Amino acid sequence: MTLADISSNLLFVAFIAYLIATFVFGGAVKGNKKGTYRSEQRWGKVAITITVIGFLAQLGYFITRWMVTGHAPISNMFEFTTAFGMTLVGGFIILYALYKTAVLGMIVLPIALLIIAYASMFPSEVSPLIPALQTNWLAIHVITVVIAEGILAISAAAGLIYLLKVIDQKKKSKQRFWLEAIMYSLVLVLGFVVTSTFFTLTNYEADFAYVNKDGQPSEITYNMPAIFGMNEFEPLTDGAFTPLLEMPPIVHAGKLTTVLWSVLVGTVLYALIRLIFRKRISEMLQPFTKNVNLQLMDEINYRSIIIGFPIFSLGALIFAMIWAQIAWSRFWGWDPKEVWALVTFLFYAAYLHLRLGRGWAGEKSAWLAVIGFVIIMFNLVAVNLIIAGLHSYA
Amino acid sequence: MDKLICKCGHENPPGTVLCESCGRPLNEQEQNKQLADMRYEGTARRSQTYNKSIIDKIWNFFSSVKVGVGIIIVLLIAAALGTILPQKQYVPATTEADIEAYYTDIYGSVGTVYHALGFHDLYNSFWFIGLVGMLAISLIIASLDRFVPLYRSLKNQRVLRHSSFMRKQRILAEGPGDTDTLKKAEEKLADLKYKVSTDKNGLLAEKGRFSRWGPYVNHIGLIIFLFGVMLRMMPGFYVDETLWIREGETRAIPDAPGYVLESKGFTLETYTGEGEEEKFGEAIDRVGTVAKNYQTDVVLYKIPEGALPGDTADMEMVEEHAIRVNQPFKFDGYALYQMDFQQDELKTMSFALQNKETGESRGDLTIDLVNPETNYELEDGSVVELLGYYPDFSGFENGEPQTATPLPKNPGFLVKMTTPDTPDGETSFITIQNTVEPLGDNDYKLAFQGVETRDASGLTVRKDRTLPILGLGGLIFMIGVAQGMYFNHRRFWIQQQADGSILLAGHTNKNWFGLKKDLDQVTEHASLPAYRDQQEDMEAQEKREGEQLT
Repeated sequence: MTLADISSNLLFVAFIAYLIATFVFGGAVKGNKKGTYRSEQRWGKVAITITVIGFLAQLGYFITRWMVTGHAPISNMFEFTTAFGMTLVGGFIILYALYKTAVLGMIVLPIALLIIAYASMFPSEVSPLIPALQTNWLAIHVITVVIAEGILAISAAAGLIYLLKVIDQKKKSKQRFWLEAIMYSLVLVLGFVVTSTFFTLTNYEADFAYVNKDGQPSEITYNMPAIFGMNEFEPLTDGAFTPLLEMPPIVHAGKLTTVLWSVLVGTVLYALIRLIFRKRISEMLQPFTKNVNLQLMDEINYRSIIIGFPIFSLGALIFAMIWAQIAWSRFWGWDPKEVWALVTFLFYAAYLHLRLGRGWAGEKSAWLAVIGFVIIMFNLVAVNLIIAGLHSYA
Repeated sequence: MDKLICKCGHENPPGTVLCESCGRPLNEQEQNKQLADMRYEGTARRSQTYNKSIIDKIWNFFSSVKVGVGIIIVLLIAAALGTILPQKQYVPATTEADIEAYYTDIYGSVGTVYHALGFHDLYNSFWFIGLVGMLAISLIIASLDRFVPLYRSLKNQRVLRHSSFMRKQRILAEGPGDTDTLKKAEEKLADLKYKVSTDKNGLLAEKGRFSRWGPYVNHIGLIIFLFGVMLRMMPGFYVDETLWIREGETRAIPDAPGYVLESKGFTLETYTGEGEEEKFGEAIDRVGTVAKNYQTDVVLYKIPEGALPGDTADMEMVEEHAIRVNQPFKFDGYALYQMDFQQDELKTMSFALQNKETGESRGDLTIDLVNPETNYELEDGSVVELLGYYPDFSGFENGEPQTATPLPKNPGFLVKMTTPDTPDGETSFITIQNTVEPLGDNDYKLAFQGVETRDASGLTVRKDRTLPILGLGGLIFMIGVAQGMYFNHRRFWIQQQADGSILLAGHTNKNWFGLKKDLDQVTEHASLPAYRDQQEDMEAQEKREGEQLT
C-alpha cells in the first residue's frame, strides 16, 4: 500500500467513525424509556471516544497527504472542504471537553459527514501547485482560516440545537418555517452527494461543443444528463440525453444542471422522509433536545464566536492581506473571495455588538449564529463555483 | 448643567448616575433599581446627557451602538452587491465606453442596469467610501463617548463604597465576621493575583482592569488602519505602475526616478508529470498543462545623481535578480512583481515592396514594432513612409484606425509607398493577412516576408509607504480584541461594619462563573458569609411567577 492509499483509507476510517459516533450520540441524548438521562454521560463517553478515533484518523489523512503532495493539503476544493470537516470535529471535541455536551455531537457530526461527502465529489487526485500558491503563506493563511471556520460553525450548531428546542413545532410560525428550511437545505446537500455518486458509479459522460461568452468555441463534459444546454450547444457523444433548454452564454448550464439534479433528488429524498415519518425533520429532532440546557447552548454559541472571530480576523483578513501583498502586489483588490471574507468579518462584528451592546442573547443570537454559517458556506461554495475570481481553485 | 455633588463630597460631572467615588445612586430612577447598571460604571456619557444643539444630535447619532450596527449591516450588504458581477478592474476592457458595452454584451439588461447604477465600480463610489467614512466616525465618537467617562470613573474609585452601591451589585454577601476576616480575605485575594487596596474598615480587590480598554484599543487599531488606507491618496505614498519589458530591452522604471531595468529574458515552466512529479500525472492529464514557474531575470541599474534624464551612459549596475510570483524584487522602498507575460510577442515584421503585376521587388524593409521609424528608404530611391502605426489594431472608429493596447499583438500600418514608377505615392493600410487600399487600386504592395518574436514580461511597479501603518493598525486591533475578549475585569469590595458584620459585593464585566470560582476560594479561606447571585435569584423569581400565572 502506498502512502497515498494509506491517506485515503484513513479518511474513510474517519468517515465511518463519525457516522457511528453520530448514532451513539443520538442514543445518548434520547434518554431511556423511563424518561431519565442517567446513561447520557456513559454513552457520551463511548461516542466521544469513537469521535476522537475518527479525528485522529483524519489528522493522519491530513499529515500523510501533506507528505505525499509535498504541500499543505488545502489547495483545492476537495482538500479545503475535507479540512473544514476536520476542524469542525476538532472544535467540537474541544467544546465537549469543556462542557460535556453530547447533543452537540449529534448535530455537528452529521454536518461534518455531509461536508466531507460533499468534498469527495470534487477531483481528489494529488495536484501540483500553480506559482501563486507556492509559498508558506498557503499553509499559514488557509489553515488559520479553516480552523476559524470550524470553530465558528460550532456556534451555528449550538444555535441550531437552541432553536430545535425552543421553537414550538405545534404552532405555525415564521421561525418554524425557516428552521425546517435549514433542514431541507441540508437534505439538498445529501441530494447532491447521492446524485453525483450515482452518475460517477454509472460512468455517465456526455461531451458537448458550445460557444462561450467571449464568442470562442469550447467543449464541455457533463457528468450528469444535461437538463440545460450551453450556449449554441452541439452534442459530441452519440445517444447523449438532449438538453431540454439552451442557456444564454453567461450561464454555465453544466453547473446549473448539477444544481437542478441535486435539488430534484434532494426534494424527492425530503418528500420521502416526510411521507415515511409524517413529521417535519425539526420535529423529529426535537425530542433529542429535551435534556438540553438552553443557557449552556447560548454560552457555547457565544464562546465559539469569541474564540473563532479573532482567529478568523487574523487568518482571513490579516494573513490574507500579507500574502496578497506578496503575490498580487496589493493587499486588497475587492476579489469576490476577499469581499465575502470581509462580509463574514462584518457580520460577526455585528453579532458581537448586538450581543454585548444591545443584549441580543438566546434565540436572537442562535439565529445570527446560523446565518453566520450560511455566509461561510456561501463563501466556500458559491463564491468558488459560481462567482469566478482569483480564488477559483476548484 | 451643574456638577453633581454627592453626599460623600465628590464632585461628579453632570449626568452621572452612580457617584464616581462612593457609588451612591445620584438620581431617583437609579435609587429604585434592584441592580445597578454597571456597564459603564454609571458614568456621565455625553450622549446620554446633552441633546440640545446640532452637535449634540450628531454626537448622539454616531455614539449609538444601534446606528453603528446599522452602518455595519448596510456596508456588508453593499460589499456583497459588488460581487454579483465582476468589478470593472476584472473586465477585459479599458475605455469607459468599452466597459459599458462589455456589461451589456455579456450580461444583457442585468449588466446594463448594474453598470448604470455604478455597481461596476462600487467600491470606489462616493456613497461606498462615504459609508466607510461614517463607520470611522462612529468608531471614534462611540469610543470617546464611553472611554473618557469610564477612564475617569475607574481612576477615581474609592475603596469604601456606599452600602447602597454594594447592595445593588449582582454578587452580594452579608453576615457575621471575625476580627481577622478582612486580613485573611486580603491574603487570599493577593494570592489569586488581585491588586488589593485597603482603607479603614474596607478593602477593594481588583484584577484585569486593562481588559476594559480592549474594545477601545481594537477600535483605535481599526481607525489607524482606515487612516493608512486614506493616506495612500497622498502623493508620494503610493505607486502603482505597469512595466512591459521585452527580452534584451532596457527601460526606465516608471515612477522610480533614477532606476533602469534590463530584462535578460522570461521563463515559463510547466509541470512535466515525470520523475519527481510523477504523482501529479493524473491531475495534469485531467486539466492539460499546469504552470510551475513564471520568472523574469532582470538587472537593475541606477543612474548617478546629476546625470541628465535619459542619459544612460554612466549608469551603474545595482543587482541581478530573478523576479518570480510570490518573490517580488525589492529595492529602495520599491517592489517589482511578476504579474503578466506575453510569449512570442512580435518584435519585427519584414516586407518586400513588390510590383503587383510583375512581382518584381524593389527591396526589403524591416519594421521594429516597438520603435518603428517613419521613413524606410530603399536602394533605388523608393521610400515607404509610415503614416500611422497601430500596435494592437482593433477596428475603425469614424474612419480612424484604433489600437486597443500599446502592445504589438495585431499590428496595423498605414503606409505611403513611393517608387520611381509611382512618384505621387500610393496609400495602403496593412494588417496581418489583409490589405486595404483606401484611395483606389495601387500598383505596388508590401508583401509579407517574416517576423521575429521574443517574450515580454508584464511587471508591476509598486511602492506603498502606508504598509507599516496598516500593519500597526492590524496589530493593535488584534491586541485589543484579545485584551477585551480573553481577559476580564473582576472586583470585590469588602467592608467590616461597626458591629463586626461583613458586607461583600462582587462585579465582573464578563465570565461570572470565573468570578464565583475565585470568590469560593476566598470564602473558604476567610470564612466569609455565603454569597448569592442576585440576578439569578431575580430570574428564578420571575420564572416562578410566570409558572403560577399559567
